Amino acid sequence: MTTQLRGTDVVIVGMGAAGGVAALPLAEAGLNVVGLEAGTWLDQRDFAPDEIRNNYRDWPMLVKKAEQERPTSRATSATRANQIGGHPMMNAVGGTTLHYWAQSWRLNPWDFRMVTETTQRYGASRIPRGSTVEDWPFEYDELEPYYDRVEREVGISGQAGNVRGRINSRGNRFEGPRERDFPMPPLRWTAFHDRMADAARSLGWNPFPGPAAVNSEAYQNRPGCGYHGFCNKGGCPINAKNATHITTIPRAVDTGNLTVVTRAHVTTLEVDTNGRVTGVNYVVGSNEYFQPARVVLLASYTYENVRMLLLSNSRAYPDGLSNNQGQVGRHYFSHHQGAGVSAFFPYDLNSWYGLPAQGVAVDDFADDNFDHADFDFIGGGNLWVMSDRRPISAASMGTYGQSRNWGSAWKRFIHEHSDRTHGSYIQKTTLPYEDNYLDLDPEVTDPLGLPVIRITGQFKDNERAIAGFMQDKMEDWYREAGAIEVNRGGLGNTMGASTHAYGGTRMGDNPETNVVDRWGFSHEAPNLGVLGASVMGTSGARNPTLTSQALSWRTAAHLVESWGDIAE
Amino acid sequence: MSDSKGRLPAISRRDLLRTAGAAGAAALVPDAVAAATEETPALLSPAAARKGQDGSAAPSETGPFVARALANLTARETEILSAMVDRLIPSDELGPGALDAGVLRFIDRVLSESGSNAADAYRSGLAALDTYSRYTRGGPFIDLSTVDQDSVLIDVQIGAATGAGVGFVGGSGSFFNMVKSHTWQGMFGDPEYGGNVNFVGWDLLDYPGVRLGVSPEDQRDLEADQLEPVRRSAYDYGIFE
Repeated sequence: MTTQLRGTDVVIVGMGAAGGVAALPLAEAGLNVVGLEAGTWLDQRDFAPDEIRNNYRDWPMLVKKAEQERPTSRATSATRANQIGGHPMMNAVGGTTLHYWAQSWRLNPWDFRMVTETTQRYGASRIPRGSTVEDWPFEYDELEPYYDRVEREVGISGQAGNVRGRINSRGNRFEGPRERDFPMPPLRWTAFHDRMADAARSLGWNPFPGPAAVNSEAYQNRPGCGYHGFCNKGGCPINAKNATHITTIPRAVDTGNLTVVTRAHVTTLEVDTNGRVTGVNYVVGSNEYFQPARVVLLASYTYENVRMLLLSNSRAYPDGLSNNQGQVGRHYFSHHQGAGVSAFFPYDLNSWYGLPAQGVAVDDFADDNFDHADFDFIGGGNLWVMSDRRPISAASMGTYGQSRNWGSAWKRFIHEHSDRTHGSYIQKTTLPYEDNYLDLDPEVTDPLGLPVIRITGQFKDNERAIAGFMQDKMEDWYREAGAIEVNRGGLGNTMGASTHAYGGTRMGDNPETNVVDRWGFSHEAPNLGVLGASVMGTSGARNPTLTSQALSWRTAAHLVESWGDIAE
Repeated sequence: MSDSKGRLPAISRRDLLRTAGAAGAAALVPDAVAAATEETPALLSPAAARKGQDGSAAPSETGPFVARALANLTARETEILSAMVDRLIPSDELGPGALDAGVLRFIDRVLSESGSNAADAYRSGLAALDTYSRYTRGGPFIDLSTVDQDSVLIDVQIGAATGAGVGFVGGSGSFFNMVKSHTWQGMFGDPEYGGNVNFVGWDLLDYPGVRLGVSPEDQRDLEADQLEPVRRSAYDYGIFE
């Protein structure tokens, strides 16, 4: 028996990084908003600095919806997909922003015009074969005011490198022009950061402190970062990490116009005979509800956004909601963050305290910041050196051939060297391809019996070429800073589930190749919006969250301005 | 008494501190206190009692600890596991090892929480370890010299502990990695979970400890090797109690 609830203006499915931001401009505009969240409210007392709980048990007190729906994955359609590994996302009010690393980058202007820029500079043949990449439907300048707004509403620390065209070499000289400085200065550096920055400069590179959704000083009545060392998959016990459960969501609740419903597990979206969305079905425990709404915003992360659409069949959309062009699940890619590099130093790094967002970045080899004429790839990577170490992971470090990894000799090794290793993942331009996609797994289901997402995805030649190139650069950097051993990971093959998962509901003007329009609303169901990185068509070489949040704000602002057209 | 955070119902180190006072807590550390005190939990008087002067394993009957089963493993399984983790992180001249850190208690709690699959993986793996020792080294694992124990464990780690009737499910390497991962968590994780007794794991790493805030001065002191380590569980901070 389904309980029919009273209708509302807007339902947002998912109160995380994207939905939690979009709620604020909607609520402030006076729209009645219901935010459905599978998880619950957590607070500072839930965020003990506990490596076992955070990094080995994946927060056992959480609602485990994402974990129970983790995608299967396979490299190509020729093989059977396996459900291996955990799910990287979490369910809670605030979503994964509770425990994310909080690097909060803007994309580079080149990322919005990759096809045009590449074609002009190097010729159309340089777009990798089989890639379905398109230019975004707008350029960086269109998104800049929303980046600017979200940087202030959420709270981002950083060092500007380009304010209205004026280059500041202490920041990222390659970034797009920003209207003004960050609202907070960057997070501090340790002596190791200084050393790595010096090494980068001696290589002729341009090091700078990266941007973070972490307070470097008191902001919005919350304190600056405590650098306690448990930020990696950990919540912040002093509320200095600007997750949406302490920033935009409570402010939206304070307007009186946002109602957050927790433990609400959304199953499908409903449509009428005209193809308009009418509301959302969800369950809380064993109780079923239907929440009618004039507009639905889907904000439940890339895999779940796609899954929800594909599970919502109707006469108007026999192959899934908004999928009459067969584009739902297409143009999928996960950021190539593999192919890491690790180094062993002959000195202590003093990295026990700090956070992944406290870093030295180098953008000289990202995007199109260097001439690719003599290379066999387009795009590049961002180099990032952070301060992040905890006891169990430190004791699990590689021994670089100096000892077995257990026993008395190992004990002596680890006693001397536990603070002398460093690892870098390198974020690289990753492209969509015609044979990388998401669909419903034909065999594996969640506890409700609904199919999970199947990832069919493989890093191709362009990604692997970038990976090798960037590993060379990272090794050069480590060696320049005195590393005595450097190890490299493999160049990458199968795309597993990732926290940087893009596409599947791509944004673009052409309804034959894109699910949502330039505002984030469905080309087919006009009162359905989609929020999150699933609308992004390119990755850039950096974390997606801030771009996802800027896009969410923009979609919400458009909905407010065009309420009559979209909701009526 | 499992609380809203899903923490363990078993007695925590903090509870012991409260109820027994500092002396009772110190009794958890076998090396720190003569094992003779009545309060010393039988589970926690490990390596010293078992080890002969020459480093070979002493007869199990002499150790009060190995005579007693964990909640999830038999006495026989417990003494094999005990001998294994004692080789992974031995007590030696550099300081306490895995048994001193309470790794067995940590693993027992893991098994209580994780359900029957994990306990089955331990039971079958420990039996296979013992069988492999008998087949290839001529005796049960706990009676082998430490040199032979190590060579058996190397075989197990690299997946080479095979042969008719040995019985590692899914390969010996996965069993080794499971035990190693739990041992590392019990040695180096927060004492809240029953391991890292008296912070011996953090001392081994020179980990400066759990702090809620690290000032620029603290960081500079750390870099100058002048930062005093903090030895508190995360759950000793009032906000998380």
